[in-house]
Amino acid sequence: MAYLDHAATTPMLPEALDAYVATAREVGNASSLHGAGRAARRRVEESRERIAAVLGARPSEVIFTGGGTESDNLAIKGVYWARRPEGRTKVLAGAVEHHAVLDAVHWLGEHEGAEVVSLPVDHEGRVRPEVLAEALDDTVALVSVMWANNEVGTVQPIAELAALAAARGVPLHTDAVQAVGQVPVDYAASGVAALTVTGHKLGGPLGVGALVLGRDVACTPLLHGGGQERDVRSGTLDVPGIVSFAVAVEHAVKHQEQHAQRLAALRDELIERVRAVVPDAVLNGAPTDRPGARLPGNAHFGFPGCEGDALLLLLDAQDIAVSTGSACSAGVAQPSHVLLEMGADPLAARTSLRFTLGHTSTRADLDALITALPPAVDRARRAGMSR
Amino acid sequence: MINEWGGQAGRLSGVRVLAAMSGGVDSAVAAARAVAAGHDVTGVHLALSKNAATHRTGARGCCTKEDAHDARRSADVLGIPFYVWDMAERFHEDVVEDFVAEYAAGRTPNPCLRCNEKIKFAAVLDRALALGFDAVVTGHHARLGADGLLRRSVDLAKDQSYVLAVLNSEQLGHSMFPLGDSTKEQVRAEAHARGLAVADKPDSHDICFIADGDTQGFLRKHLGSEPGDIVDAGTGEVLGKHDGAFAYTVGQRKGLALGRPAPDGRPRYVLSITPVTNTVTVGPAEALEVSQVDGTRTVWIAGEPPVGPIECEVQLRAHGRPAPAVVELDGSAMSARLRRPERGIAAGQAVVAYRPDPAGDIVLGSATITTAS
Ligand SMILES: Cc1ncc(COP(=O)(O)O)c(C=O)c1O
Repeated sequence: MAYLDHAATTPMLPEALDAYVATAREVGNASSLHGAGRAARRRVEESRERIAAVLGARPSEVIFTGGGTESDNLAIKGVYWARRPEGRTKVLAGAVEHHAVLDAVHWLGEHEGAEVVSLPVDHEGRVRPEVLAEALDDTVALVSVMWANNEVGTVQPIAELAALAAARGVPLHTDAVQAVGQVPVDYAASGVAALTVTGHKLGGPLGVGALVLGRDVACTPLLHGGGQERDVRSGTLDVPGIVSFAVAVEHAVKHQEQHAQRLAALRDELIERVRAVVPDAVLNGAPTDRPGARLPGNAHFGFPGCEGDALLLLLDAQDIAVSTGSACSAGVAQPSHVLLEMGADPLAARTSLRFTLGHTSTRADLDALITALPPAVDRARRAGMSR
Repeated sequence: MINEWGGQAGRLSGVRVLAAMSGGVDSAVAAARAVAAGHDVTGVHLALSKNAATHRTGARGCCTKEDAHDARRSADVLGIPFYVWDMAERFHEDVVEDFVAEYAAGRTPNPCLRCNEKIKFAAVLDRALALGFDAVVTGHHARLGADGLLRRSVDLAKDQSYVLAVLNSEQLGHSMFPLGDSTKEQVRAEAHARGLAVADKPDSHDICFIADGDTQGFLRKHLGSEPGDIVDAGTGEVLGKHDGAFAYTVGQRKGLALGRPAPDGRPRYVLSITPVTNTVTVGPAEALEVSQVDGTRTVWIAGEPPVGPIECEVQLRAHGRPAPAVVELDGSAMSARLRRPERGIAAGQAVVAYRPDPAGDIVLGSATITTAS
């Protein structure tokens, strides 16, 4: 199999898997008072420290959650609810956010009296700082702008945006799910108030993540119970998941630079070879040669006249895993809101296919893709664009 | 392996087939049989509703998320790739809007037939062929042998040859109906044996896009209500009022709010609908009897269209019983002289001609009914 969908999920790193298995053999609820409990608690706290250390945060700022979706929901709903009593009812969110952010924000708009403001993006998918500056006022509860986009890989000017928000006393949350391990991410240096990270996009396990949340950022809990995580999040801690997650985060961040270099080289080769076999393929998103503008593992193309869905089916039949990058409801592809917001017309948006590389990617994956792609494109073109 | 049900496409082994999987037991077993026959099968669920309901409403509905889930689970069990194809827009234009327009014109459409003609064996088949598939396999209860002839299912109560009779030879040449030799009971038993969770799922019935089964309400919502007269065919007397002639079907007896009983005390039935005057004409049962049915848009699938009249049987509505008739073609027109009168024949339904055969009645051809007298 040629797995070119690392942005959906990436294989576990061997050391993270080992850590998971070893910890899962041990008994212990981190809230228990006996020896087994203390041992579990120690593993959790060590993990918290390891994560904090590599992400530029203090251990007390790391709140473990059940993954990216939960972290995004906690940051958005929690901070909104905490600040609403001060008359701050506006929620600003980037137009190309992941659904874990967008749907949470819209839910607040529909059910909790929030005034939702979408921050438009440029044709590369970036929120320009002046757009945020214009939208900020004293009624804003929070801003959420992702560090890097999961579909087209565009990296946002997060530090600049966070500084603008902070100057107006507004906390900025960033979904850094796709960014950690691919680009440098430092919580403190970035100036953001809250940062989402998840395990399964960087070689850790599924279903575990964290919200890095400043001590001074008020946040109303979503999950009530034992109050395990700073009283902001309850639930018996997933000790093996957390230990394994910490191993993966540490590894991903420590090796980020060389990893990014390797991926970027492979990705650039992929783009070049795709263009060689399908000359009219259109690369979407930020250019690859502007430093820091685009995730190193992301290549996102439009194939004019082809349905992304059809290409996916044809490549899948050759055991090549790719994504149309679009959200699914009942598995039905909708034209990607990300591309639409970037100015693509709905028809063009449906021609897109995302290739994302990760730590297990090799040139052989590219070879397989480049062999299978031209006939798939021919076929898909003949099938045309269905209504 | 050459199989009996594969139609012309099935004469080859290991062909690439696309299994249309509704989430029901029939299409799951059909896909399973295609896999067992050695074909390279890919499952596809057609999303037909623009806003798929999350939960099934009663036993109905071919368009819910739950059905997509069930179809996916069946595909998992069979170990075949599975995708959802969004056909909602086409379905809406070609089936739902056509359904409403037909009623508005005073006719009684059959949306399953239209869906087969325009969606499953047109849009889906075309896309499948373009993507390199050789055939579409569905869970319809009908037989399609290597001779290319379409026959009734062995399970006469479940037979769906009527709604497939609109397909031309080209479409049938790329179709496979693996269930025609089995009864519904056998299909369910096989689903059990194969570990398919949909084995006991209730049959879908009625019209998939009218989840609550209230066709009149659906039509009223789309066409508005337009009060008009219910008129006696014999006397011309106004017997009552209706909310819109479109909501009635020839032969209908229920739902006629007639102010008073007929002089003869016998029940009255809808005889005809006249959209221009918004009139529903009613009369006694025997006035429903017709012995001449004319149709248009003829499709002849069993060989060359006949020259001159032929003796055969016709079926005039889904689940209707076959009636002996003399059928004659004239270009795209078909006329059927019935050997004995039939009641409640509505324009818009299909007249399907069959040749009785011990190995399963053979579909000769079909046409859309324009008039019956
Ligand atoms: C940008 C982004 N945010 C959030 C998520 C959701 O994270 P999780 O799968 O851990 O819930 C994803 C991945 O699906 C993502 O790409």
